Amino acid sequence: MSIKTSSRQVGEATIVDLSGRITLGEGSSTLRETVRDLVSKGQKKIILNLEDVSYIDSSGIGELVSSFTTVSNQGGKLKLLHLQKKVHDLLQITKLYTVFDVYTDEAAAVKSLG
Amino acid sequence: MLEVQLESTLESVDAGEEMVQGFAAQHGFPDEAVHQIGMAVRESLVNAVVHGNCFNANKKVSLNAAVSSDGLTIRIQDQGVGFDLDGVPNPLAEENLLRKTGRGLFLVRAFMDKLYSRRLSPHGTELVMVKNYASTAIKEEG
Repeated sequence: MSIKTSSRQVGEATIVDLSGRITLGEGSSTLRETVRDLVSKGQKKIILNLEDVSYIDSSGIGELVSSFTTVSNQGGKLKLLHLQKKVHDLLQITKLYTVFDVYTDEAAAVKSLG
Repeated sequence: MLEVQLESTLESVDAGEEMVQGFAAQHGFPDEAVHQIGMAVRESLVNAVVHGNCFNANKKVSLNAAVSSDGLTIRIQDQGVGFDLDGVPNPLAEENLLRKTGRGLFLVRAFMDKLYSRRLSPHGTELVMVKNYASTAIKEEG
């Protein structure tokens, strides 16, 4: 199973609901294209909702980092929402928990984007 | 024992991961350890397929898994030009944190109890990784 994405607007924030696996190949390229597409349309306040993402490999982690820098370089903000334990653990192991703002509450994530 | 030859494709990565996860579960590893073993195999196979064999259809990846009373030993061989495990930059270093790549073998080390490599003759690299039953039990309890 690869990844499925859908986007919704909450205030100024665009929330991308992802489900499936973010791994090398289709999973990571879908995430890359989704974020690039949003940024190209001027959406710079992005929340990636990972509630239904059960698995991320190192390529998926790299894609999250790349998404973060892409949005940041455009003056935007990218936040993470609802991490499953395995994904949470991966971000801790790789020290990326110190890089990303991670939320367990959608309203708080939206509010953080101003 | 599990022993297969895989094509240098991403489909092989998925298949190899699944095979070893099934093998580990069948030999008594708990779910969390099976996940970690699967991820270590995935990252090692990606390394072999992408960086070792460079998706070359003429080059194969060998995957071998065997259990002993101590644990599970997995060997993955590619037919690439070879690489040095110690030459991989530390992904936790401040200057590398925002790099897109370079975390695969770090995760293998994090999830397995031992990892080492050796150059094969005339070409290729073998990665050997071990997951001990004992450390799994300790980690699970911890």
